[in-house]
Amino acid sequence: MPEVEQPSDSHPTAFLPTADLQILIDRLMDDGFQVVGPTVDQGAIVYDEIRSIQELPRGWTDLQEAGKYRLKRRDDDACFGFVVGPHSWKRFLFPPMAQVASADRVDAAWVMRTPTDDPPRYAFLGVRACELAAIDVQDKVFLRGPYVDPIYKKRREAAFIIAVNCTQAAPTCFCTSMKTGPRCKSGFDLALTEIRDGFLLEIGSQAGRTLADRLPTSPATQPQLEAAEAARHRAVEQITKTLDTTDIRNLLLGNLEHPRWNEVAKRCLSCTNCTMVCPTCFCSSVVEVADLTGDHVERQRQWDSCFNSDFSYMNGGVVRNDISSRYRQWLTHKLASWHDQFGSSGCVGCGRCITWCPVGIDLTEEVAAIRGKKFASISLVQLDGGNQQAPTRSADSSGEAPPPCSA
Amino acid sequence: MLGVTRVDAPAGCDPANPWLALSAVVDEVLAETPGVATYRIRIQDEDAARRFRYRPGQFNMLYLPGLGEIAISISGDPSIASPLPHTIREAGRITQALAKMGTGAPIGLRGPFGTSWPVDDCAGKDVILVAGGIGLAPLRPAIYTLLANRPHFGELTLLYGARTPDDLLYTCEFDDWRKKGLTVFTTVDRATRGWHAHVRPHPGCGQFQFPLEENRGAWTGNVGVVTLLLERLRLGRPRETVLITCGPEIMMWYTTQTARGLGLSETNLWMSWERNMNCAVGLCGHCQFGPKFICKDGPVFRYDRIAPFLEVKSL
Repeated sequence: MPEVEQPSDSHPTAFLPTADLQILIDRLMDDGFQVVGPTVDQGAIVYDEIRSIQELPRGWTDLQEAGKYRLKRRDDDACFGFVVGPHSWKRFLFPPMAQVASADRVDAAWVMRTPTDDPPRYAFLGVRACELAAIDVQDKVFLRGPYVDPIYKKRREAAFIIAVNCTQAAPTCFCTSMKTGPRCKSGFDLALTEIRDGFLLEIGSQAGRTLADRLPTSPATQPQLEAAEAARHRAVEQITKTLDTTDIRNLLLGNLEHPRWNEVAKRCLSCTNCTMVCPTCFCSSVVEVADLTGDHVERQRQWDSCFNSDFSYMNGGVVRNDISSRYRQWLTHKLASWHDQFGSSGCVGCGRCITWCPVGIDLTEEVAAIRGKKFASISLVQLDGGNQQAPTRSADSSGEAPPPCSA
Repeated sequence: MLGVTRVDAPAGCDPANPWLALSAVVDEVLAETPGVATYRIRIQDEDAARRFRYRPGQFNMLYLPGLGEIAISISGDPSIASPLPHTIREAGRITQALAKMGTGAPIGLRGPFGTSWPVDDCAGKDVILVAGGIGLAPLRPAIYTLLANRPHFGELTLLYGARTPDDLLYTCEFDDWRKKGLTVFTTVDRATRGWHAHVRPHPGCGQFQFPLEENRGAWTGNVGVVTLLLERLRLGRPRETVLITCGPEIMMWYTTQTARGLGLSETNLWMSWERNMNCAVGLCGHCQFGPKFICKDGPVFRYDRIAPFLEVKSL
């Protein structure tokens, strides 16, 4: 975990030839890390354990748009010439399935135990700026609240992070709107920018420096620095999608009865894809797994989703019993109430939910629709102390009536 | 600040490992009303049991290994650390299993969790407690605490409604509460005919309940929703009155609206909210209600802090 957080512009920059990226991987493995990086599997670029740079998606790129993802051959041999795929690093830090506790029946009493598993020390290779932001968002959820999740903590503290600056963007990317990228600025041990023959290497932590000292780097030349700058700039220029975040918390929480929720619900399949690919979604459920004797029970935490109908089950009924209320829960949580809960947006602008939505729902379009036509508004106090003060309900300035009371 | 409910270091749940339950056992099961019983639960480790502290309105996660967990408010006197009473209605498979297992059942317990009733802030004020059905259970720790510190408070009134006379909880304690300075009014939705058949020793306290208005042979008390009792109440100083309520959502909603009409400040209205509870520590996402996590921002909320969301359907 990086100890030093400084703008990367102040970091000394070195050059690492492409072939020597293998040495970086080897050094990490020597140090006991399991290196996880992008690799091609099932027609997509996913994150998995890698041992060789040959396992990287060299020469591949991804084509993304709402509801569509395809791999395509590049006309070069770039290692990181793609954007982001269906996986995110949360599957390693917050595993899709993890044992949180167990119970053993001993002499008619239950002895409660905490798992003593020894997860791998992960080295993440190829973490994009939006993903660094996503890790920080999940840090807030799992590490910085009144209660700490020990499963996340154990994995997160041991992780070594090698960021990669994007040199291209997909039509689904909007990190510039969320102010999370595309430049990697902090939260990494090392950061790479890929140019024709290798990588510009920036150091983000003491652990990163120690590793960099063991790599056959050379000082970056001016043309190399300029090539890296141009490559990073290309990503910025390619980002076309925007999300207007102005007062978005109050916009969405003030429009909980907007007709748009019913409109989007006609398209939404409530399939949970957006929440599974989202690098910040953290909803989960614990299930009981007993052995055949019934005397040993493990509590397995599994990813869950607010799009599952039984997610809000209570007292014989489901609170969010239609897709409209479930989509509203997801979007308002991600973009609005996350601010109340964790002091930042839950969205990092990676665009995965747009790409992997089977019907191509684009959250930026949904927000724009709500912003465009205000149905009614609840006047909510501003965020500073917002949950401490009295909000009042009022008709908005357009003079439309507030929604009817459902009570 | 009175400080009677202050808990400096709530013992029980480790903030660094909230998943670890404490081994516990059901010491005693007291039948209360049809389908409802109070389970006195004892944490097995004596040191942990002694150090367990909770504030009125907080809840525990009760764990039946192999079946799962349920969030249940603690319904006892917070000054008594062990055993911990939980009043539970048989509703789903876990509560039904617990009812079948009865006394001696080995279980797990995580807690205490959540926010609490603002008992300390009630010092010098009149307090109205409005309960519906089993909603009296989370209020009982507040009643005990208020009565244990009676001189610090003004008028104390409990308005309690249930579906039928049979469903009124804790009736054998009402006399004691009245003696200690709590005015108790009850009402039922339906004055069931069979009520006279229930003149019998209370299974919990063993006392006959003839002297109580609630337990006369035939129901001669109030019939109607609990808000009617609130409307009829003469308030000496509404701006210095705190109302705390727990019951069905619709009941709490109308209670708060009636209270506003009577001149109570929105900052003096408190309610206990409920949603699906899984982790109880804000890590699983289930219990969200607008921007709030019921488990850690609630279950007890001040009215004005959630008011904009109370009217939103399927939130």
